[in-house]
Amino acid sequence: MFPRRIHPPDTAPGCQPVHNLAGPAVTFQNVSFSFPGSGPVLSDISFRIGPHAHVCLIGPNGGGKTTLLKLALGLLPPDEGRIDVFGRPPHRACRHVGYVPQHSVLKRGFPITVREVVLTGCVERHRFGWHRPSCGTDADAVMRELDLMPLSHHPFDRLSGGQRQRVLIARALVGNPSLLLLDEPTANIDPALGTQVRDILGRLSRRMTVMTVSHDLDYIDASLTSVLFVNRSVREMKPAEVTSDAVWSLYGRRPC
Amino acid sequence: MGDVVRQLLLPGGILFLPFVVGLMGSLTFGVVGSYVTVRRITYVAAAISHSVLAGVGFAVFARHHWGLEWLSPVLGAFLAAVVAALIIGQVTLEAEHLGDSVISAVMVIGMASGVLFLARTPGYYSPMSALFGDILLVSRRDLWVIGGINGATLLAGVLYYRKFLAVCFDEEYARLRGLPANLYFLSLLLLAAFTVVAMMQIVGIVMVIALLTLPAMTALLFARRLWHCMVASACLCAGCVTGGLVLSYCLDLPSGPVIVVLAGMVYLVAALASRLPLRRARNPGRIAAMPPADPPPQA
Repeated sequence: MFPRRIHPPDTAPGCQPVHNLAGPAVTFQNVSFSFPGSGPVLSDISFRIGPHAHVCLIGPNGGGKTTLLKLALGLLPPDEGRIDVFGRPPHRACRHVGYVPQHSVLKRGFPITVREVVLTGCVERHRFGWHRPSCGTDADAVMRELDLMPLSHHPFDRLSGGQRQRVLIARALVGNPSLLLLDEPTANIDPALGTQVRDILGRLSRRMTVMTVSHDLDYIDASLTSVLFVNRSVREMKPAEVTSDAVWSLYGRRPC
Repeated sequence: MGDVVRQLLLPGGILFLPFVVGLMGSLTFGVVGSYVTVRRITYVAAAISHSVLAGVGFAVFARHHWGLEWLSPVLGAFLAAVVAALIIGQVTLEAEHLGDSVISAVMVIGMASGVLFLARTPGYYSPMSALFGDILLVSRRDLWVIGGINGATLLAGVLYYRKFLAVCFDEEYARLRGLPANLYFLSLLLLAAFTVVAMMQIVGIVMVIALLTLPAMTALLFARRLWHCMVASACLCAGCVTGGLVLSYCLDLPSGPVIVVLAGMVYLVAALASRLPLRRARNPGRIAAMPPADPPPQA
C-alpha cells in the first residue's frame, strides 16, 4: 500500500550483553543497500574492523558513508549480505555501541540540560521509566572526563558547536560502549574545537573501537588504524596512503 | 464579584463543574502539551481534536435512533480520537510523505461526518456547542469519565517521563538504545487524543488545541528543563481556564473563545517580555552564561 518506509520498524527486544568483545568489532560481508526507488547506495561491500581500531570513513557526498554507519548501528537493514557487531546482529549488540550524530540535526529550542542529555544515554527498553541506579555516577564520571561538569545544568541549546559535540560524545560514552560511531564530529565547528574533538577521540580509541565519518582530511593522521574510502564500494587504505594526490584521484576533484 | 466566586467555588454553581474539569485538565495539558510542543506534532493533535466531532455526532445519533443511552458524546469523542490518532500515527510511520495529506484528510472527514450525524439527529445538540464548547454540557457523570481519562493520561506521561524525553529529544538515538520509538510516538498521539477529549466541552474541539500548545509555548520561552515546562504550563493553563470562566460569566461571552484569547494574550506578553533587555541581563545568552570557553587547541 505504501511505497516508501521512512521510519525503521521497532526491533524486537534484543539489546543483550555480549560476553566476548575480543573478536572483530564490525564485520560487513557482501553487504548491499539501496533506498526504495533509487539506485544502490552501497554495493557488495566487505570489510572487517578489529577491536580497538581507530577508523576514519571518507568519501564524496552521497557516497554512502552515513548509510554505512546506520547499517552498522542497525538503524537500516541491509538488502543483501550480513553485518555483525561483536559477532551479533547490530540491534542485538546495541548495549555495547555508542553513537554520536551531527549536533546540528537535533531540535533547536528543546528544554533539556547538559546532564539530562547525557542521561538519555542510559535509557533502556525494560526499565520502567527509570535509569539503572549507577547511571548518575557514570554520567558524572564521563562529564568529568570530558570537562563538562561546569556546564552540567546549562541548557543544551545554548552551547557552542564544540561543547554540544562533547556532550553528545559523553551521552554515547555513558553506556560504557566498546564501539563508538561518529557522524562528522568536526562538522560545523571551528578548527580549534575540531582539534579538541580529535584529541578526545584519539584518547578514546585506546580503550574502544572508534569509527568516524569525516569530510575533514586533517582528521587523517598516523594515529588512525585505517581509512575507509566509501563511494558505493569500500576501499581500505593505510593513513600514510591518503596523500593529496591519492585523494584527488579518488574524489575526481579537489575535496573540500 | 461575590456571585461569580459562589458560582465558581460552590458545588451548585454553574461554573463549578467546568472549573473542576478545567483544573484537572490543566495538569494533563501541562504534561501532554509540553510533549506535543517539543516533539512538534501540534498539527497532528489539531487534526485529532477536529476529527473528534465524528465521535460526538455518532454518539448523539446512536442515542437518538438506536437508543444506545450508554454511548455519551464524551465516550464517542474518546473512541473517535483514538481511531484518528492510530490512523495518523500509523500513516506517518509507514509513509511520512503521505502524512501531511492524511492528517488533513482525517481532520476534514471527521468534521464532515460529525456534522452529517448531527444534521440527521433532531434535538438541541448543536454542532456549535461541540465546536466551540458549552460549559452547560458538563455533567457529573462526565466528571468521572474525564477524571479517569485525565488520571490515566497524567500517570502515563509522568511515569514514562525519561523515555518520552529521550524519544522526543533524539528519536534515532532512543531507537538505538533499544527503545520502541514508534510505539512511543503512537502513545504520544494517544495521550494527546485523550487530553483533547478531556477538555473539549470547556473550550470546544476547534480551540482545544490552543490550550494544548499555547501554555506550553509560553512556558518554553523560559523553561530550561522539560519538567519545568510541564509545571509552568499546567499553572498557566489553570490560570487561563479560571480567568476565562470568570470573564465569560461576567461579560456574558462563550467560555471557550475567552479562555483561548486569554491564553493567546498571555503568550504574547510572555514572548515580548522574553525579549526585554532586563531578561538578557539576568539570563545572559550563550557566550556570557558559559563558563570559561573551551581550552585553546594544543600545539
